Amino acid sequence: MTAAESAAREKVYEVDELTRVEGEGSLVLQVRKGKVVEARLKIFEAPRYFEQLVVERTPDEVIDIVARICGICPVAYQMSAVHAFEDCFGVKVDPEVRALRRLLYCGEWIESHALHIYLLHLPDFLGYESAIALAQDDRPAVERGLRMKKVGNEILAILGGRPIHPVSVRVGGFSRAPRRSELEPLRAPLAQALEDAKETVRLVAGLAAPAFEREPRMVALHHPKEYPYNHGHIQSTDGLDLRPSDWDRAFREVQVEGTMALHARTKDGGTYLLGPASRIVLDAEQLHPVAREALAATGMVDAIRTNIYWSILARAVELIHAIAEAIDLIDSYRPPIEARVAWGPRPGVAAWATEAPRGLLFHRYEVDERGRVAHAQIVPPTSQNQGAIEDDLREFAPSVLDLPDDEATLRLEQLIRSYDPCISCATHFLDVRILRD
Amino acid sequence: MAAMAQKADRGRPGEHGHAARGGTPRPRVGVVKLASCDGCQLTILDLEDHLLELSEHFEIVDFPEASSARSNGPYDVLFVEGSVSTPDHLRRIGELRKQARVLVTIGACATSGGIQALRNWADHDAYRAAVYPTPEYVESLARSTPISEHVSVDFELRGCPISPEQLIELLTALVTGRRPQLRDEAVCMECKRRGIVCVMSAQGIACLGQVTQTGCGAICPRMGRGCYGCFGPREQANAAGLARWFQASGERSAEEVGQLFAGFTAYAEPFRSAITDLGGTRGARRSGGGGFIAAGGTGAGRASYLAGTRRMEGIDDDGR
Repeated sequence: MTAAESAAREKVYEVDELTRVEGEGSLVLQVRKGKVVEARLKIFEAPRYFEQLVVERTPDEVIDIVARICGICPVAYQMSAVHAFEDCFGVKVDPEVRALRRLLYCGEWIESHALHIYLLHLPDFLGYESAIALAQDDRPAVERGLRMKKVGNEILAILGGRPIHPVSVRVGGFSRAPRRSELEPLRAPLAQALEDAKETVRLVAGLAAPAFEREPRMVALHHPKEYPYNHGHIQSTDGLDLRPSDWDRAFREVQVEGTMALHARTKDGGTYLLGPASRIVLDAEQLHPVAREALAATGMVDAIRTNIYWSILARAVELIHAIAEAIDLIDSYRPPIEARVAWGPRPGVAAWATEAPRGLLFHRYEVDERGRVAHAQIVPPTSQNQGAIEDDLREFAPSVLDLPDDEATLRLEQLIRSYDPCISCATHFLDVRILRD
Repeated sequence: MAAMAQKADRGRPGEHGHAARGGTPRPRVGVVKLASCDGCQLTILDLEDHLLELSEHFEIVDFPEASSARSNGPYDVLFVEGSVSTPDHLRRIGELRKQARVLVTIGACATSGGIQALRNWADHDAYRAAVYPTPEYVESLARSTPISEHVSVDFELRGCPISPEQLIELLTALVTGRRPQLRDEAVCMECKRRGIVCVMSAQGIACLGQVTQTGCGAICPRMGRGCYGCFGPREQANAAGLARWFQASGERSAEEVGQLFAGFTAYAEPFRSAITDLGGTRGARRSGGGGFIAAGGTGAGRASYLAGTRRMEGIDDDGR
């Protein structure tokens, strides 16, 4: 082969700015002689130094601050933080507070999943640039997504004052718990949302997904009695079982060579997958019966395990779960006797993991004797998924190399969006390529 | 906002908008971000009942969070989220200003520098080194600043995040070519209108409501806690007076009072001066080690900042 021929076979796919993801990132894929020699998802969110912003702050201040890491899943950040501190200080909250926090998380999952399915990911499958373009041809579908998203936001607003950066989560409970009557107006829209979510599962199960197969190591919280939000052990498809405070016994953050990026790996250097697909695989038994039934009707559990494009279906099944559980929680709600129990700080390590809509979110704080944070580590789901995303890209890319560039790029973008990457949650995995001769 | 009132009738959008399907010109709208959490642009997508209607009145030409269709302008209306935080942001904001007939900054980051502006009191190098193992790869400016510090801004929507009601009011005003009706008054007024019992006088909870602009619906007092200032200072807010009152009431050290203001709009005056006078931000002290150099800021500000630090240390010593 001549040098010219060789050069002609070398291709670089670049997606300068990924769209329909939360935040800013780009993808570089280098292909030589039909082989992918490099796949790199670059994050170019400006660093905001959150782990330093919380130093010397009180636990309740930390809960307010870390919410601002992500406008799409602020509750996840509040939940990991508040459970970390309560575990460290030995705080026992009222059982109704525990239930209310599940309801709050249901609200965020509904809002985030409906947003991702209908506004960010479905347009890929159906060949539209956006949901607004999709609405010109299928307005009822987009309206269905927006209806569900709205009821999720309404749960957040009733419990937390507003959907984005709610204000009521405090160490020991809530600054205020709702009366039963305040939750009443949610019943009718939730009943409608449940039908909408079932319809969503039918819709997405009938989509055509690109052929792809790779069985990643999957990691999620697992609780014997409930689908995981705030409690359970960190488990994996290869047998891991850890307390939610002990993430760093099995995983660590590594700096990607030549870049600023911090990705998470297992201690032996392996990549792993978080999020709806992993939860469906590890926690199917704990799904709400309505969601379990809908999943069974699709007969696609194996597809979810082996083809990341079907994460859209996993997300839709979880949408049913979150809506059905929200209805149950509202039905059985009694206001807590103490919305917020009194507590005192203890020095030590406050660490916890909860399930953000896009996967396990780990926080670790060193707390001094005054109850202030001395050191913080925040490991968002997207920085943990990034290794698996790049593995998938390397594996998948050869199958689209013969397609026109536009189409190949679209398929690769669709793959990345399957992970629902929340790039603005890049607390510290900025990726800057250093080019040297 | 003064800026808003003065410039309300500048650049009526839509004059150069592309023809819509019905033949009516629709203003070309862009939504872009600098350093931020995406929560304010999400508020646009959270206009669930109005979102599709919105696309009938505006042609959304650039909104990377929501659409693969891209444009580099020109825009009739450009919404900018986030603070100026990197050298690239500095370059981009100048370019964006040139492309925008009407530039609207949305949220606490864009209008005040955001929570990430807490680093403005710190030694930036120490801050970077504390978070990143090889800080020399990180491109960021010593200070996180509001967009209005770099280019002229036509309208501001405050809040962390912005209020959907205020967003709709602004959009409606832009379509009809009138001045948006956005109140500049204290959160306290909102509490009075809604009949919320004052958390500060009734429960002794520290609340920034009297110095903070409303727009949120007084959600913090409504949820049983004090306002933490996320809509930023209202005009002529007497932050120094409130800080003195908090200190005089005897329950909080100067440092703790400073932290009350050191939130999502910390770098907006007069919150900024109040924080500086009370000793800066805690994280800044920790990361700055012994040499508290306030990055940026005026010489006078720095002097009072250092004086504040000494004063605060004095109180700590007396307290023990």
